[in-house]
Amino acid sequence: MTASSAPVEMSSATRASLRSRSSNSVRRQRVDLVMRLVLGAALLLAIVPLGLIITITLQQGLATISLEFLTSTAPLSFRRFGGGFFHGLVGTTMMVGIAILIAVPLGIAASIFLVEYRTSRLAKPVRFFTDVMTGVPSIFVGLFVYAALVREAGIGFGTFVGGVAISILMLPIVVRSAEEILRLVPVDLRNASTAMGARTWQTTLFVVLPAAAPGLITGVMLAVARGAGETAPLILTAFGTAYLTTELFGSPQTALPLLIFEQARQPFEAAQGRAWAGALQLVALVLLLTVVARLIAARSRVGR
Amino acid sequence: VTAHSLAKDSSIRRGLRGRISDGGFRWLVTIAGAMVLVILAWMIGSTTLESLPVFAKEGLNFFTSTTWAPGGSRTEITGSYGALAFLYGTVVSSLIAVLIAVPLAIGIALFLTQLAPRWLRTPASYAVDLLAMIPSVIIGLWALLFFVPVVVYPVMEFLAGTAGQVVPLFSGPPTVRSLFAAGIVLSLMILPIITAIVREVFDTVPPDERYAAFGVGATRWEVMRHVVLPRSRPGIIGATMLGLGRALGETIAVLMVIGGSPSVLIELFRPAQSIAGQIASGFAEASPEGISGLIALGVALFVMTIVINVAARLIVWRLGEVRGDASI
Repeated sequence: MTASSAPVEMSSATRASLRSRSSNSVRRQRVDLVMRLVLGAALLLAIVPLGLIITITLQQGLATISLEFLTSTAPLSFRRFGGGFFHGLVGTTMMVGIAILIAVPLGIAASIFLVEYRTSRLAKPVRFFTDVMTGVPSIFVGLFVYAALVREAGIGFGTFVGGVAISILMLPIVVRSAEEILRLVPVDLRNASTAMGARTWQTTLFVVLPAAAPGLITGVMLAVARGAGETAPLILTAFGTAYLTTELFGSPQTALPLLIFEQARQPFEAAQGRAWAGALQLVALVLLLTVVARLIAARSRVGR
Repeated sequence: VTAHSLAKDSSIRRGLRGRISDGGFRWLVTIAGAMVLVILAWMIGSTTLESLPVFAKEGLNFFTSTTWAPGGSRTEITGSYGALAFLYGTVVSSLIAVLIAVPLAIGIALFLTQLAPRWLRTPASYAVDLLAMIPSVIIGLWALLFFVPVVVYPVMEFLAGTAGQVVPLFSGPPTVRSLFAAGIVLSLMILPIITAIVREVFDTVPPDERYAAFGVGATRWEVMRHVVLPRSRPGIIGATMLGLGRALGETIAVLMVIGGSPSVLIELFRPAQSIAGQIASGFAEASPEGISGLIALGVALFVMTIVINVAARLIVWRLGEVRGDASI
């Protein structure tokens, strides 16, 4: 092994220890074993909290969750037992629905731009700032939507405004995951379509997108799972309410995470019980979406 | 030259309809792509505009004063807006989180890429990713009602009783909701993104270099210590900064365990408040003027996270193959 083909940087101490192997080898083997155990323990330290979160949510949530919980709204007094988060489920569904309607077409169109027109001068900045956008704090997105839509445009708190906030949080996830999938569609497919006389837009819409469909669905589901669990931006946009509402504009809306947050902070057993049951409902929703999304991805031809 | 790219330039296909439909399609998706930039610019413009009066009145005081006393005016800025206590809470809790999460993430990533048997790799990586998919309100609920009182509090008591006797940082008596508790909970939340990126970074170490080290008799740990880690330093720095950016902006889980009282105390076992926590908890009761103050807090937070994020992304991008999962 020559030095030029393997530029391995080693301290002189290591080199010396490698040379006098026989005398040192016991100590080195011991260090190796200890470090391997330490690294394994690091993984355990991450897995144990995950297990605890899931088991405790299951255990506490199952104690309260019932058919009544899934179909009724919470009592106005936090001390009273009973009731549920049906209004939150309705709010979450409506707002996530609006977010999907905005973020999915926009995000997939943007990813088509990034893949099919990658030579454009705009492609690089768009890709970079999409990545940056995944790191924008969700509370700041809430502040922005409040400032732009509620304060300046005067739309008022409610379902639509909350949906817009969630869509902005979902957008970069949809763009980046869709881009990754579209990139994997073989160029042969595009060539075959073009040779049959299809135009670029026809090739993209009728050949590339269907071929990438399972992967696109995976990305959208992961984005939905992320969006459905958001709390902070909704405090500033949906605002929260104790009542069931299906109004799109002008009347405050609530959501599962908002209700969990509100009830968890109460010092009453009844409210905390409802928070756990709501958490179980939300975790089940989010994990189901995540797991199904990964399964679709694993089975599709064009996927991760 | 592929048929696909050839056809784009072919004169046969330059009919009027083709020019309109393909040109229109191109415009449409370009606009969609540009929307990302537009939204980002709009975010900065709109929030800066709303908070400008606050910054204009407070000037540097905004960053150096701890007096947060919003006025009740509808049209002008009458109160005092000193954000130091919130800045302190955000930065210190995030630093605690990074200090704990980074070594842990490096350990996990080393284990998964260098040691774990093949059958364990996928499910274990999957489990760490899953931690990122748990909504932060649920982590907050679990931390508030179980993890902090049952696990973190005894640790705080122990530290206060031992190290706390000499180091003021750990001096007691501890409160359940505290800066320290927030830092621990945050470390769990940023662990997945740091692990995911560091794992990718370790995967890009050329196998030849590792085999060369094995060839001269290095143990597994020596290969990690002297080949894998030194090569991965920029990637680890980038991942750390991305994690720090996430920690600074995290809201709900922090708000639930940090205690909610703004203070600049050296003791970690005392309640504090973060920027994001103050925005979320103060919003419902804020006056129009107070909301401008909260938006100013948001702008300060945004500038901090965006600077860290852009720098981190530039570092991670330069590594080429590493990009990190957008959904984590």
